[in-house]
Amino acid sequence: MTGITIAAAGLNHWFGREETRKQALFDVSLALPRGSFTVLMGPSGSGKTTVLTLLGCLRSVQAGSVRLLGQELHGAPEAHLVALRRRLGFIFQMHNLHESLTAAQNVMMGLQVHPGIDQATARAAAARVLGLVGLSDRVDYLPAKLSGGQKQRVAVARALVGNPALVLADEPTAALDKDSAAGVVDLLRRMGRARGTTTLLVTHDSRILDRADRILTLEDGRIVKVEDRS
Amino acid sequence: MSWLLQRLFGRLPVGWLQLTHNRTRFFAALAGVAFANVLVFVQLGIMNSMSAATVRPYAFFTADILISAPDANTLTDGANVARQWLWQALADPEVAEGMGLYVANVPWDRGMTDISLTTFGVDPFQPQFLAPALAPTAGFLQLRDGAVLDRLARGFKRTEAAAISPATPLSFETENRTLTAWSTFAGGGGFGADGYMLVSDQTFLRLFPARRAGAPDHILLRLVPGAEAAAVVTRLRAQLSDPGLRIRTFAEAKAEDLRYQQTRRPTGVIFGFGVLIGVLVGLVIVYQVLSSDVADHLREYATFKAMGYRPGFFLGVVFEEALVLGCLGFLPGLIFGGGILALMGKVTTLPLRMTPGMAASVFLGTVAFSALSGAIATRRLAAADPADLF
Repeated sequence: MTGITIAAAGLNHWFGREETRKQALFDVSLALPRGSFTVLMGPSGSGKTTVLTLLGCLRSVQAGSVRLLGQELHGAPEAHLVALRRRLGFIFQMHNLHESLTAAQNVMMGLQVHPGIDQATARAAAARVLGLVGLSDRVDYLPAKLSGGQKQRVAVARALVGNPALVLADEPTAALDKDSAAGVVDLLRRMGRARGTTTLLVTHDSRILDRADRILTLEDGRIVKVEDRS
Repeated sequence: MSWLLQRLFGRLPVGWLQLTHNRTRFFAALAGVAFANVLVFVQLGIMNSMSAATVRPYAFFTADILISAPDANTLTDGANVARQWLWQALADPEVAEGMGLYVANVPWDRGMTDISLTTFGVDPFQPQFLAPALAPTAGFLQLRDGAVLDRLARGFKRTEAAAISPATPLSFETENRTLTAWSTFAGGGGFGADGYMLVSDQTFLRLFPARRAGAPDHILLRLVPGAEAAAVVTRLRAQLSDPGLRIRTFAEAKAEDLRYQQTRRPTGVIFGFGVLIGVLVGLVIVYQVLSSDVADHLREYATFKAMGYRPGFFLGVVFEEALVLGCLGFLPGLIFGGGILALMGKVTTLPLRMTPGMAASVFLGTVAFSALSGAIATRRLAAADPADLF
């Protein structure tokens, strides 16, 4: 399993109970090599988000296996899941920044989840990562004073500041215009390459496809197509 | 503040930043907490003043044992006791001396208003039964129709009171007699009367012709040095053949009187409830502020959860908010509460004041109840499911 950040095998998932129980995922298997940039596509309702939340330790695995950083998620206790979440970076469709915190403080929150990091170090790291995403002149701005693209870049910085092994992004470009979207994706790709971070990005956005190493297509809870670009 | 919280929690003061982000709401919340504090301060102040006013007359006397009628719950009510019990009590070897104490309220026409003075009739030849501050005035009471007036009585002008001296006494009419005040002492208004007056037992009986020397309201006893009051009380209870008599040490009587006022009389119960209501209002205000704050930030909290923050972190943020509200709301509450009490004290002459004990207990209560409502408010966080964010 060396070189594989996360692997899912025979993943099945159901929502609802008894008569209303509906299967959302059917025998999903995938493996993301370390440092790869993978795009997960599919129409809405195909189960993309379910896959992402299962991989991101936000939902418990019902059937099948998910191995994240060498640890099995199926049946893992909550404390294990919380510890694993700290090694991931999440980017949401909406930036989900805390409106009361400045750009730097939002990024610091991504770092302070790890105990024992002092304020000055966290702040310096946040400023550095904000510089990397091109926001060195917006460090102390509140989200309300930033544009949509800038906010999403802060969210990228927050996801990356803790040097995660895996970045999970859920349609991060949905709310952005063409240029901002391209900027954010390039940023993710570049930073992923530079740091050896594995990235899984869920999208509808066809503009992103040519930047991916691999494209997975999900339909009705099944992976129907795997396309390798590299 | 931000720096302090940062040190205290060892992380970004998220709660502080979150609270102060919306200034208007922050100040409204602080005003709410301050208001609840003022409410509790005023109720506590009134309750404390009632206690202080209740025990105040006990401070005018120096005695070891008090003998009263069975229905005498305070120094100023109850039936009479026969003076024969005084003679019988004096038969006890450890009882040194005794005095009958006569009590009644007299109206005093002050022109625009009548004020009511609780008047104690005492034996002017036994000044040792008076408090050390009052004992020197006993000589004036030996004069026919002589009186010593309460200079802090409600409706009694301070300048008028200050002018009273043996050289310039004040004569006034009450109960169809002319009394002459030769001196004054510091009493103060209570809930039952506007102030106090001291006269001799003879003057008292002339003011109230229906009263008899043989039936005082209370009997005060002083013991020989070294005698133990509780032991003498036990002995007297056995010796005095009327089982209905209330024979208590002076301190015990004072404590029982206080307890009676606080728990059995409507005023005490009402002010006790006032404190409770103040606390509940405060709890509701802080809970409202904190729970709506939690509800407004569910999305952010869910994000933090997804990032790997534990439930303890969220509890910490809400506690931080509770601490900020409790501390910053307390200060204006203390200032306003103290001001209102001082003003009320001035108008009513009741012993209304802010004591350090009150301030400390209200502060601790505020922070504790803020933390409690914070803990209740975080229960909503269970609803912040990070999986719903995607």
